[in-house]
Amino acid sequence: MSSPSAAELAARVRRGEVTATSVLEEHLARVAAREPEVHAFCLVTEDLARAQAAEVDRRVAAGVDPGPLAGVPVALKDLLCTKGIPTTCCSRILAGWRPPYDATVVRRLAAAGAVMVGKTNMDEFAMGSSTEHSAFGPTRNPRDLSRVPGGSSGGSAAAVAAGFAPLALGSDTGGSVRQPAALCGVVGAKPTYGLVSRFGLVAFASSLDQVGPFAANVADAALALDVISGHDEADSTSLPGEPPKASAKLGLGVEGVRVGVIAELAEAEGIAPDVARRLREAADALASAGAKVEEISVPALRYALSAYYLIAPAEASSNLARYDGVRYGLREQRADMTETYIATRSAGFGPEVKRRVMLGTYALSAGYYDAYYGKAQKVRTLIIRGFEEAYRSCDVLLSPTSPTTAFALGAKTADPLSMYMSDICTIPSNLAGHPAVSVPFGTGDDGLPVGAQVLAPALGEAEMFQVAAALERLAPAPAPATGAER
Amino acid sequence: MSAVRDLDGWETVVGLEVHCELRTQTKLFCGCRNAFGDEPNTNVCPVCLGLPGSLPVLNRRAVEYAMRIGLALHCQVQPSVFHRKNYFYPDMPKDYQISQYDAPINVGGWLELPSGKRVGIVRAHLEEDTGKTTHVGGGGRIHEAAHSLVDYNRAGVPLVEIVSQPDIRGPQEAREYVEELRAILVATGASDGKMEEGSLRVDCNVSVRPVGSGTLGPRCEIKNLNSLRSLARAVSYEAARQVEVLAQGGEVAQETRHWDEQEGRTYSMRSKEEAYDYRYFPEPDLVALQPSPDWVESVRRSLPALPAERREEVARAAGVPVSSEAVATVVRLGLDGLVRAAVSAGADANLALRRLANEVAAGLEDHGPPDAGAFARLVQMEAGGELTPAQARAVLRLLMEQGGDPAGIAERLGYQALAADALAQVLDQVVGAHPREWERYCAGDDRLAGFFIGKVKAATAGQADLRAATTLLQQRRATA
Repeated sequence: MSSPSAAELAARVRRGEVTATSVLEEHLARVAAREPEVHAFCLVTEDLARAQAAEVDRRVAAGVDPGPLAGVPVALKDLLCTKGIPTTCCSRILAGWRPPYDATVVRRLAAAGAVMVGKTNMDEFAMGSSTEHSAFGPTRNPRDLSRVPGGSSGGSAAAVAAGFAPLALGSDTGGSVRQPAALCGVVGAKPTYGLVSRFGLVAFASSLDQVGPFAANVADAALALDVISGHDEADSTSLPGEPPKASAKLGLGVEGVRVGVIAELAEAEGIAPDVARRLREAADALASAGAKVEEISVPALRYALSAYYLIAPAEASSNLARYDGVRYGLREQRADMTETYIATRSAGFGPEVKRRVMLGTYALSAGYYDAYYGKAQKVRTLIIRGFEEAYRSCDVLLSPTSPTTAFALGAKTADPLSMYMSDICTIPSNLAGHPAVSVPFGTGDDGLPVGAQVLAPALGEAEMFQVAAALERLAPAPAPATGAER
Repeated sequence: MSAVRDLDGWETVVGLEVHCELRTQTKLFCGCRNAFGDEPNTNVCPVCLGLPGSLPVLNRRAVEYAMRIGLALHCQVQPSVFHRKNYFYPDMPKDYQISQYDAPINVGGWLELPSGKRVGIVRAHLEEDTGKTTHVGGGGRIHEAAHSLVDYNRAGVPLVEIVSQPDIRGPQEAREYVEELRAILVATGASDGKMEEGSLRVDCNVSVRPVGSGTLGPRCEIKNLNSLRSLARAVSYEAARQVEVLAQGGEVAQETRHWDEQEGRTYSMRSKEEAYDYRYFPEPDLVALQPSPDWVESVRRSLPALPAERREEVARAAGVPVSSEAVATVVRLGLDGLVRAAVSAGADANLALRRLANEVAAGLEDHGPPDAGAFARLVQMEAGGELTPAQARAVLRLLMEQGGDPAGIAERLGYQALAADALAQVLDQVVGAHPREWERYCAGDDRLAGFFIGKVKAATAGQADLRAATTLLQQRRATA
């Protein structure tokens, strides 16, 4: 990318070489030019962004450091609560809802000097892998407008890929940051569960959800993570103590680092041959840079997708119960309470959300709990043990991020199962609560980006980004952003 | 159907579920005020309104109160987890309730009734309260209401639900259990025990079985019991109803029933919407609750003396059975401190107990208890014969009404101090003045006892303890 990095922008703004306002206007101009075809945003918050940029400029002028993200435009997935600004999860059921508070990550970004350019499009309530399940219509992949950007955080990935913002936040429940990052050719990370506060992140599946950053490069993603991570007493699942510094080891190289290529994910059924080939190249590149690369098997991963599609819908069925038309959002008033519930939820939720609420309700039902939810939790334990075993001989693990490059719009909407398969490589990290990052590594036969996924044990962010940075340096020359020409 | 049926041959089996609101400053999972009677929907925030993106944070004080309750009920405090109980209702902001399911904080205890009987406690777990729905129009019933108003001030208020074993037999014992439980809850400081404000709410499970049967019959859960009186009436009614059903060859359906206070009967609440499946699963927004052994021990050490221990102490001091009604009354009314004060002042504990259980207990309707020191002195005066029982009662009444010193009050009332030796002197004079009557009395004419006591009464202007005088008279004859 020709654009300066987020770190470089912030440095220039802090030194007073450029104003946050001029940085913002440059990005807003790109939004004006390409947003109509990409549709990365469900809401562009120009007025707020201009006010925030002006405040950053005032601080710089007054000799006050606005922070490590001074003047950096940031796009926020529309399930992060923003005070007074519509937050809809791209669902009709939350139409018009304005949260009375900011998510913790939103507050941390603002405190670091970031400027919020808008709320990004997503699959409704983060349920999907293509950003086609949005009440606002689909987002298109900036690298090829006929393709999806991945999902559910497709709007955030597309915003970074299109140069609308150097940084974006998404949420990753089963791959919703990493998979769109891979498909859009940007970096996307899911941190260790509990490293980033979930307060103000509208819940999909609470035990799996984690907020993660998108950036055009590995260093910026690590920088953004360092800004948003750390204990938050408003989130009981937030980890205590000092968070690891994600950017601590970026320049160290991979000499002597033990990298395990996950056999179950490297060449599994459904992994496209061009993606598998790129992954082998990535492994070879790391080996030639001094890493000790071996193939490693984590057999329990075979059950990850099935376990995920019980646990995530089960938690979602409960998390989404509150959208009942009583207190906020859509209400379809009917003669009595039960009818009002049914009408509101029937009109407010899209088909994929309904499908998962029904799946989850079933999985938790009396008589089925042990067979479904209970068993899925046992699989989860097996996966954690499998990873533990793997990390005895490896420092990080390697796999593709997505089994394919970006697919065409409409290609999988009629077939939920094939859509669910998009997350086969990313889901295990969510089930284990471990961090993983997707980094672009060349292109597929179609010329579209391929993502390599680096997985690490809990709180292994520094080592994870260390290897990701090496892959970034070792990657074949990035494909030109072709979308603009199409 | 006759509500009062002869239950001969049948035993009423009762298990109680008591919901107790904890007296914390703030709610279970947020910083909102926990207060009764405030303007509706003023003590609310994103967390207790269940707004999207909000998360619960457990109130440490509520956990401590829950442990106090558990330890006071001789439960084991164990590592526990929160579960979600899923069902739709407008007064439940998230449409699930955060509760505890198969791993509650307290398990396996018992409660000792004043009678000495122990009722087993299955569990005492933590959960959040719901909001409060008021149905407007249609007589306050949901199906006929024109509309409903919801107040979320109560949503998220911490509750401990205490579940008893079905060890309770009959309406009176059910009432005793709740009274005793309330006393324990108040003593631990965890609850204000106010049933009328809903801070103590009782559901009861009732079944009947032939006397001597070892198995339990199908039970009915009765809801909407707002007072101890409703509880006792509902148990009586329900037991009679079930016996009637069985007597007619029917079967008792296991179901939830609603108590109608006006009509004095229970109604089946069964409807098709009511077939709930709560879909419990572990609450992923909270971590497992594992109080350290040190914390549990410090809570245990901080517990005050509980009613059963206090009853034992009073009974021991007064030399009466622990199950005696006076002991239960004195402890229930919190008057045992006065027994202790009397004992440490060297006064007669048994007499103190009687005065407290009768006169003081009755006087509490209008006045506070007497000052402990003054009460102890009064008991000493009565025991020493300085005051007759009647005089002591009169002085005690004034002590409660006005306060002051018992000796001063007695003097003001003209009650001459008539200590035992003074009484003996009067008796000497009376006997000396009537030698012939004394001779006949010594010869066995017991009727003359009345004569001498009458003279003592006249000589002391009615201020002598006549029982003491009688005893003295008999002693004098025995040693003559």
